[in-house]
Amino acid sequence: MASNAQAIATPAHTVRPQLSRDDRIMRGFILLVGVWMVVTVLLPLYFMLSKSLEDRGGDFVGLVNYAAYFSTPALFYSIGNSLTIAAVSTVFTISLAFVYAYALTRSCMIGKGTFRVIALVPLLAPSLLPAISFVYLFGNQGIIKGLLGGNTIYGPIGIVMGEVFYTFPHALMIMVVALATADGRLYEAAVSLRAGPVRTFFTVTLPGIKYGLISAVFVVFTLVITDFGIPKVIGGQYNVLATDIYKQVIGQQNFQMGAVVSVVLLIPAVAAFIADRIIQGRQTAALTSSSVAYEPKPRRSYDLAMTGYCALIGFMILGIVGMAAYASFVQFWPYNLTLVLKNYNFDVMDGGGWASFYNSLRMAAYTAVFGTAIIFTGAYMVEKARGFGAVRGGIQFLCILPMAVPGMVLGLAYIFFFNHPDNPLNFIYGTMAILVIVTITHFYTVSHLTAITALKQMDREFESVSSSLKVPFYKTFVRVTVPVCMPAILDVSIYLFVNAMTTVSAVIFLYSPDTALASVAALNMDDAGDIAPAAAMCMMIFYAAATVRILHVLATRGLARRTQAWRTR
Amino acid sequence: MKPEAGQAGAVRKPFLRISDLTKMFGTFAALRDISLDIYEREFVCFLGPSGCGKTTLLRAIAGLDIQTSGRVEQAGTDISALPPSERDFGIVFQSYALFPNLTVKKNVAYGLQSRKATRAEIEARVAELLVLVGMPEQGDKYPAQLSGGQQQRVALARALATSPGLLLLDEPLSALDAKVRVHLRHEVKELQHKLGITTVMVTHDQEEALTMADRIVVMNQGVIEQVGTPLEIYRDPQTAFVADFIGTMNFVPGVVQGPGRVRVGQLDLTCQIDGLSQGTDVTVAVRPEDILVPEGKPVSENAFDARVGDMEFLGSFFRADLVAEAMGEHSLRADMSINIVRRLNLKQGDMLPVALPAERIRVFPGQ
Repeated sequence: MASNAQAIATPAHTVRPQLSRDDRIMRGFILLVGVWMVVTVLLPLYFMLSKSLEDRGGDFVGLVNYAAYFSTPALFYSIGNSLTIAAVSTVFTISLAFVYAYALTRSCMIGKGTFRVIALVPLLAPSLLPAISFVYLFGNQGIIKGLLGGNTIYGPIGIVMGEVFYTFPHALMIMVVALATADGRLYEAAVSLRAGPVRTFFTVTLPGIKYGLISAVFVVFTLVITDFGIPKVIGGQYNVLATDIYKQVIGQQNFQMGAVVSVVLLIPAVAAFIADRIIQGRQTAALTSSSVAYEPKPRRSYDLAMTGYCALIGFMILGIVGMAAYASFVQFWPYNLTLVLKNYNFDVMDGGGWASFYNSLRMAAYTAVFGTAIIFTGAYMVEKARGFGAVRGGIQFLCILPMAVPGMVLGLAYIFFFNHPDNPLNFIYGTMAILVIVTITHFYTVSHLTAITALKQMDREFESVSSSLKVPFYKTFVRVTVPVCMPAILDVSIYLFVNAMTTVSAVIFLYSPDTALASVAALNMDDAGDIAPAAAMCMMIFYAAATVRILHVLATRGLARRTQAWRTR
Repeated sequence: MKPEAGQAGAVRKPFLRISDLTKMFGTFAALRDISLDIYEREFVCFLGPSGCGKTTLLRAIAGLDIQTSGRVEQAGTDISALPPSERDFGIVFQSYALFPNLTVKKNVAYGLQSRKATRAEIEARVAELLVLVGMPEQGDKYPAQLSGGQQQRVALARALATSPGLLLLDEPLSALDAKVRVHLRHEVKELQHKLGITTVMVTHDQEEALTMADRIVVMNQGVIEQVGTPLEIYRDPQTAFVADFIGTMNFVPGVVQGPGRVRVGQLDLTCQIDGLSQGTDVTVAVRPEDILVPEGKPVSENAFDARVGDMEFLGSFFRADLVAEAMGEHSLRADMSINIVRRLNLKQGDMLPVALPAERIRVFPGQ
């Protein structure tokens, strides 16, 4: 027997633990997750990096492409442009979202629930939507173009405005969490020590939300610098890195230069990601079990001002979405404002027609179902397996890596990897499968971290109890882990669905005529000058995402009532 | 007194035998060369401060964190390397670890369902177990609807459901309110006695160990300090650590003067000294309740006068600081009954003749 042979081979008293059937199955799963991550993240990135070091014939040429890149001002100016846009947008978004979050958490304003929902509306729209909307509002024939004082919306102004709309909810969610976890006792102490409101703000409030604020800054910066939809639609002649990749690959078929720009774009994204990881690593729990939640006290004029502020922001958000909705019904902007449905007749336009919308629905559904299954199971195995530390650590790293990879870069990397003639997985190129896989990978990290957080909240002895009762782990996984984590599982699936509906960047290089997607169709229609149909398609995406979101809320409530009865005392 | 499990064990074969067990975490030795025999039907407590290795030892026995080296044998079989699912034990954790989305009945039946038992058999067994832990009516509730004490009973029923040969309890009472804890202590002990199941419990609470265990294993920094019945551990601590950890103890430095004599300050005390040569520095230990107030009766042995310092009122007795000139700057804490304090009309500053009975003094090497 193997165990006897081991006992003889090793020093008499050193114990080599035997693996149970559970251990072997879990390790099998972990290896599968590892192979999945290597194939979907690591190898494509490697292929992209090596592509940037090759000439058109595929021979290794070292840094020649990079030399060419940095000697072409038209190309490397984009670096400055991208950084400027990202920095300016970040300042605006963070300032606006901070006050909004402060109003939601630290005032007694009215309609908090409604304002919270309104602020999250941009999440349901593709990033093209605000850009298209701004064309109608501030474009050459825009209804309020006078507000720009003669400046054109096509360029940095339009990009920044669009990015602020698009990143606002992301910053808001992080800062609401940071502001909501304040310890009320610190404020009582500040009052009793006679600190004024300004001093209290700088000595209590700001230090308390420091980590949330920093995290929001990095998230917004990364979203803006990697975004493709907004600069594509409204950027005009103003080039940024993300649109450069598109131009090199689609416009000039220069894949090597596309890879070079991708590497250049990867650098700030990875830097922001690493900086955020390092800073968040220093964070210690701000809230202890003895903390007292901060309760704002009513102050009439202050609360009114906060309500007014949120109402203004809310009005702008709804106005931007409303503009696109309205424009999508207009016969011929701005000359004939009759409301008609002709712009929804996608089948007579280039871009993919209604089929692209149904493709998007299918793609989003597959992404939600398979993505949630893969990500949650993977997170469970990595989190709960016994031993196998090095492999688990490596896979943990691979699971958070996609966060640092811009969608455009991932998409291009997939071309290089999956379209390689020698790749046995070549057959998925141009199919729905590759779109689903790239989308799962693109949004893997946030989903993975959500799953890990939920799993960490489970008693770590559940698995010990199961094994002592000789119940295989997969039974406990099905009977206990999945039901208890159902809210997190639903959150992950809805996150994947909505993002799969709205994403452009990762899929733009990978769709085929049979698998055109709604967001890509909107982009192509806009490119062809069909702006109203593009707005209509964006609105279809918005309606689909909103419907699914509402269904999710209802389903969560129903589920909570039926199967989560144990949560209530 | 407790049933003499230790003596009975001498003729029985050990049920659980741990030999030369060491557990390393990196370069840190959490357990060092632990050897221990546990006998059938015995209730053994691992007692020690946090970080002493008691939970690590329990988890090694369970196979949850397998030792680096050493053997664990259960019922004559070497289980050293086996994963938990191939060992024979039931376990209860401090956190209860009840499955929150399953009812009490389903929790208790959890381990039964994977065995070849009919639904009726399972139901009968679950009902029997719920009666056993005193919760026959609560089967359809969810864990969140139960109090902490009730949850721990369910966890116990779940662990016992498959009739394991060994019951492991990891600080099972530590998360409970003081009153519930005292009550449950008694019930768990009674249940264990009734079922006759060999039980190992980890605790940092000496009162829990003293009241529940047949034998206590006192641990400190990864080694066993002493193994014995609660009375042996309390009356006859083998090391200064045990003496200090269990109950309250006065420690004063002394020097061995000769056979049976030790000098503390200017005081020569008669006591038992094993194998310490003259001139060795020692620590002299005596419990507060062992300090005698002769009340006029003539006592020649180890008697001296002391001044009463602070008197702390602890309900049924006073704990007083005694300062004796003869002992130098060291003071002793002594427990005095309400009666003595009243009879002698004791108050702070009074002089009082006291005595230390020779058989109650313990001497440990080193200062």
